[in-house]
Amino acid sequence: MLAKRIVPCLDIKDGQTVKGTNFVNLRQAGDPVELGRAYSEQGADELVFLDITASHEGRKTFTELVKRIAANINIPFTVGGGINELSDVDRLLNAGADKISINSSAIRNPQLIDEIAKNFGSQVCVLAVDAKQTENGWKCYLNGGRIETDKDLFEWTKEAQERGAGEILFTSMNHDGVKAGYANDALAVLADQLSIPIIASGGAGCKEHFRDVFLQGKADAALAASVFHFGEIKITELKLYLCGEGITIRGGRHPGQVSMRMNNLFR
Amino acid sequence: MKVAVVKYNAGNIRSVDYALKRLGVEAVITADKEELQSADKVIFPGVGEAETTMKHLKATGLDELIKNLRQPVLGICLGMQLMCRHSEEGAVDCLNIFDVDVKRFVPQKHEDKVPHMGWNTIGSTNSKLFEGFTEEEFVYFVHSFYVPACDFTAATTDYIHPFSAALHKDNFYATQFHPEKSGKTGEKILMNFLNL
Repeated sequence: MLAKRIVPCLDIKDGQTVKGTNFVNLRQAGDPVELGRAYSEQGADELVFLDITASHEGRKTFTELVKRIAANINIPFTVGGGINELSDVDRLLNAGADKISINSSAIRNPQLIDEIAKNFGSQVCVLAVDAKQTENGWKCYLNGGRIETDKDLFEWTKEAQERGAGEILFTSMNHDGVKAGYANDALAVLADQLSIPIIASGGAGCKEHFRDVFLQGKADAALAASVFHFGEIKITELKLYLCGEGITIRGGRHPGQVSMRMNNLFR
Repeated sequence: MKVAVVKYNAGNIRSVDYALKRLGVEAVITADKEELQSADKVIFPGVGEAETTMKHLKATGLDELIKNLRQPVLGICLGMQLMCRHSEEGAVDCLNIFDVDVKRFVPQKHEDKVPHMGWNTIGSTNSKLFEGFTEEEFVYFVHSFYVPACDFTAATTDYIHPFSAALHKDNFYATQFHPEKSGKTGEKILMNFLNL
């Protein structure tokens, strides 16, 4: 069975990891390569590195960082932030990234999705979307949640799939940083209407939230940042818990244990 | 020991090179025939599209060269598919090292997403690549085409239906998954190949 994925996300500014609450008040949380390697050893299934630096200088630093990540980490990773054209994609894939994620640039220029899919394959193209539930439904936002657009979350993700996006990374701005669980209702609607994998983002506060996002939100992967960065949830323990809840997960057993099936026999 | 990685327009050469470096192996990345023929081990990586890639291999003569290698060869992902007889991706004839055809995944229900992407288990392992494996291990897959179970199947995975996660025949080994991205399990598989 294909496993549900646990995906720590690292926001990078000037080569360092940061994480905000509701997209403001950035806090420092360590060296990206060290942190990424630690997550990988704890059993993270994939990593996401988002460059939130806007400057040209910062972007060069980020490319160098991507090379260091690729050299040191033995699981797949996605990079995003500041990707506006094909040459950015080429540069980051060449640096060793497995997938790239685009967000505002795709809303401004949807054709970019088609171009990435055509040149590098759908599997490298993750369409990230920041959306907020308003009285007019779920609306997509630009520039890290600063600018509202009239794009509807469900219509936009469907269009992105048709254009060749290989995965959707959906962040609910209502849930992000609040630690009260993921946007499971909206996620379940997305899962029903799309045929590509969905990475849920925004709202993880405890282990149960991960169970709920897989069972109720029907997500393929769950992304989280601060609960991992500050050690509130250990990935090894989270995976053991999810496995006990009957969710297919990679490494949902203690080292040395024969198998989870055996473990269940003893319970 | 000299390890050579076939250099062509494949997407994951750098990842394979990094993975080998993490295992302490400095590989030669080359399209040079003599270098490839004289290597102790050859890795044939691959991310991309079958038809375009086969054209490239034919144009450079790498197709005949790879087929005739005598040392252990490891094909990865598209590399494995190109070692088969024919691929539905672009309806192209391939190297025919493994006499089996590559098919496109056809979803049977809504939950069957294509590409098959993520971590899945390999079972029924029967090749030296998996020496020391005592239970089902998770490895990382990204693919839309698959090789059906056949005489050369060296490991199977179940997604939509059982398919070949690995193949083996004589000196030729191949994995549909990416050992270079499969964490410690992938490293064990690469080490097993290097120790052949």
